[in-house]
Amino acid sequence: MAVSFYASSRQPELTLAEKVWSLNWGLVLIVSTLAGVGFATLYSAANGNWDPWASKQMLRFAVAFVMMVTVALVDIRIWFRAAYAIYAVSFVLLVAVDLRGAIGMGAQRWIDLGVIQLQPSELMKVALVLALARYFHGLSIEDIGRPLALAVPVLLVVVPAGLVMKQPDLGTAMMLVLGGGMVFFLAGVRLWMFAAVVTAGLSAIPVVWRFLKSYQKNRIYTFLEPETDPLGAGYHSLQSKIAIGSGGTVGKGFLQGTQSHLNFLPEKQTDFVFTMLAEEWGLVGGLSLLALYMLVMIYGYAIAFRSRSHFGRMLALGIVVNLFLYVFINTAMVMGLIPVVGVPLPLISYGGTAMLTVMFGFGLLMSVSVHRDIRIGRYGDMSDG
Amino acid sequence: MERDNKRGKLLTRRAALIGGAKIGLVGALAARLYYLQVLQADKYTMLADENRINLRLLAPPRGLIVDRFGVMLASNRQNYRVVLVAEQAGDIDSTLDAVAELISLSDSDRRRVMREIRRKHSFVPVVVRENLSWDEMALVEVNAPELPGVSIEQGLTRDYPLGEMASHLVGYVAAVSESELTGDPLLELPDFRIGKNGAEKEHDQDLRGTAGTSEVEVNAFGRVVRELSREEGTPGQEVALTIDAALQEYAAQRCIAEGSVACVLMDAPTGEVLAMVSVPAYDPAAFAAGLTSAMWRDLIENPYNPLSNKAISGAYAPGSTFKPMVALAALESGLAVPETHVTCPGHFQLGDAVFHCWRKGGHGTLDMRGGIKNSCDVYFFEMARRIGIDRIAAMAKRFGFGGTLGIDVPGERTGLIPTRDWKLATYGIPWQQGETISCGIGQSYITTTPLQLATMTSRLVTSRAIVPRLTREAGVMTEDSSPVRPSFSPIGVSARDMALVLDGMNAVVNEQGGTAFGARIKDPVMAMGGKSGTSQVRHITQAERDRGLPKPKEVPWKERDHALFVSFAPVSAPRYVCAVVVEHGGAEGGGGSAVAAPICRDVLIEAQTRDPARRIPPSRLAGERGATRS
Repeated sequence: MAVSFYASSRQPELTLAEKVWSLNWGLVLIVSTLAGVGFATLYSAANGNWDPWASKQMLRFAVAFVMMVTVALVDIRIWFRAAYAIYAVSFVLLVAVDLRGAIGMGAQRWIDLGVIQLQPSELMKVALVLALARYFHGLSIEDIGRPLALAVPVLLVVVPAGLVMKQPDLGTAMMLVLGGGMVFFLAGVRLWMFAAVVTAGLSAIPVVWRFLKSYQKNRIYTFLEPETDPLGAGYHSLQSKIAIGSGGTVGKGFLQGTQSHLNFLPEKQTDFVFTMLAEEWGLVGGLSLLALYMLVMIYGYAIAFRSRSHFGRMLALGIVVNLFLYVFINTAMVMGLIPVVGVPLPLISYGGTAMLTVMFGFGLLMSVSVHRDIRIGRYGDMSDG
Repeated sequence: MERDNKRGKLLTRRAALIGGAKIGLVGALAARLYYLQVLQADKYTMLADENRINLRLLAPPRGLIVDRFGVMLASNRQNYRVVLVAEQAGDIDSTLDAVAELISLSDSDRRRVMREIRRKHSFVPVVVRENLSWDEMALVEVNAPELPGVSIEQGLTRDYPLGEMASHLVGYVAAVSESELTGDPLLELPDFRIGKNGAEKEHDQDLRGTAGTSEVEVNAFGRVVRELSREEGTPGQEVALTIDAALQEYAAQRCIAEGSVACVLMDAPTGEVLAMVSVPAYDPAAFAAGLTSAMWRDLIENPYNPLSNKAISGAYAPGSTFKPMVALAALESGLAVPETHVTCPGHFQLGDAVFHCWRKGGHGTLDMRGGIKNSCDVYFFEMARRIGIDRIAAMAKRFGFGGTLGIDVPGERTGLIPTRDWKLATYGIPWQQGETISCGIGQSYITTTPLQLATMTSRLVTSRAIVPRLTREAGVMTEDSSPVRPSFSPIGVSARDMALVLDGMNAVVNEQGGTAFGARIKDPVMAMGGKSGTSQVRHITQAERDRGLPKPKEVPWKERDHALFVSFAPVSAPRYVCAVVVEHGGAEGGGGSAVAAPICRDVLIEAQTRDPARRIPPSRLAGERGATRS
């Protein structure tokens, strides 16, 4: 009812109450459910203790939840205008971390803010989508066909990805490129350009291979043949598959996962959290979790298609497509479908920055939804389109 | 607007493409999950169980070794030890300080603890100190609340109540060495000990028992989380020896004063060894605990050779104790009779060679009994000359010389009884008649072990081929003296000949002028018979003899004569047999009658007083005992 009312309204300014009323409470419920699954899994990961993970994660979620609602209530035009600034801040932070690493303080990926250890590379994931959405908003369909017009957004993606790769964090760098690429694809960049980039990328593999760290090479070897070295590099992958497989259809039961509780499963609270869930809840639990994520996707698509601004559509789709990438890569990795890369499972994995950025993304998604009828001019001014 | 619409349509198309791809990818994830969790679930469940379930062996308690009356020779003692689990202790230094205030803790102990903690997983208990007394154990236990990570563990340690008194006999246990691993996983347990010597080695299989198993759940670091199931093993069997611990102890203490001595006491009709002494010995507990290199060097360098069980591994020229063999061979050959007289001028001429009697002035004319009683060398030179080496060797072999007797303890040597064929085969040169003469008084190539000497004496007094034994068969507990075992066949020497030799041996001890008259047992009920021997360990040249023989004390210990004595008692109805070899004549360097005979006398008096062969306590009767006690 409310939806149709606002959809027909031409009045762009909304009161706070109206905004709150039009929040996607269904999406909020799903997000909270996912976070709740995360708390339970972390509680189990600590052998039935709230400490050290579950309690902290809940606190973070509470803070992130408030932030998400706040972000959702902020006018979409403000986010449009702030997009480059947010990108710039993230970029500066990223450079700062890299510089500190370069001047000999070791390979640190985060900035200690006291309350939270901020990982600029995580922040960059959202900032990049914001910046790209804004850029493509201002680009006509003819512009998109011009390679020169794509030089700026390519730099927006490649430069931070390069910085992250140097940290070295291959997984996140790859995610930035893939996530950015998705936005390019959505924006309508010609398919032959993707073909050209993929071809160039494939031919560059031998060169890149030489620059990979040995542990990164090992991960790829291990992926190709995990059973050859069960106690060495293949250990994580093999133990993860054993944990998932031994879970069976209905799982071993909450707090009953032997692989995870007896520590055969590494990183069970972060990257391998899905494994732990699948071990204790089985196929039923694993599929249910995937279904919840799919619901989020559907919400995202619905929000995007109802938005009247190109920026809003690009932003909403960019966010959910990125979210999907994370879910897919993380779960495919723990199931042994792709090599082990350090990619967390959104909302479930233990981690502060990841929680904040994912919730920031949901906030933006809902802001698109709340402000779906606001049209944004080519340079951010209000217009009739 | 138019352009925007076109842009929007493109976006929708692209979004739909991505959406389709997403559905495909999620389908792939679901299929993979189905594959892992349904199709491959059994395989991965098995792998997960292999990960977490560990089968551990439980070492069974080792069987006890007891003497013929059930007195403990090797037992298991509760060993209380303090262990420390590093991860629970927090500050290890201050914890060790606190422990050191309660019980003594050496600096080397502390260093070892720190070293082991660094090397091992932090949840593995490290032994801080072993062998705590009851009081120390209680003290630590009471203060346990203030000692995080410290606890008392119980283990079993092998105890040898007789210690050095029976170490060769009982043996000892020690950690399994690399070469002893047979693939039996029991042997690979860190605390497992196996028999390395004596009865511990001989009966190791029986004593070991069978291992129990414990199925435990472990985590990825190998720490035990809980026990899933447990199956106790069976403890090792008890082994009863024929030894009388009290006699063994008495004999060992009696011998030790004379330096390097071997003594075997047997129950003649049964072949049961009542005491088997080889002194000096070693402390078996030290072996079980692990020797220091200094202790090992001391044992190796000791001229008395404490590591060797001289009762079975020592091979000595028997000297005059061998004369009964020569006498019996001579009588049986028909080349001599008891009344054969030989005149002893103090030496014996064979061609150019001169052989000397031990009595410089000679014995005058003697018959065979007199030859034995006086141990006249010339008499037996003559006997040997008449019958030749092969007849002597044949008789000696019937009495158990020249081969192993199959005693059930490791380390037995054969000794040597030479024959013509042996000489030719070994040296490639023919036998010399002069060698026969030397063999007539138990010298030359002849070597025998103390056990063989005791067995010879047992065969003399029983006329049967007694075989010595150290293990008391389970269930066979004769209640009285019912003497001869049917399994011992007659030795086949005529009773008349045997009676003459035994009479001669009676005379050696109990008649004025007999060589061991000074060592006789004065109580006529217990009186012993015997034969002395003093065997040279080096050849004495004519030049030395002309110069006059030096007193034994002036000769280096290693070059002095061995003192031997074989004996039996009571002389009227022989039951106990005792053979003693005092290496190089002992402390004073005396001969067989002076040094060895008194040991036999004392041991035989003690044996007859205790009379173990006839005394069997009711509790030791067959069928009344469990397999083990602790």
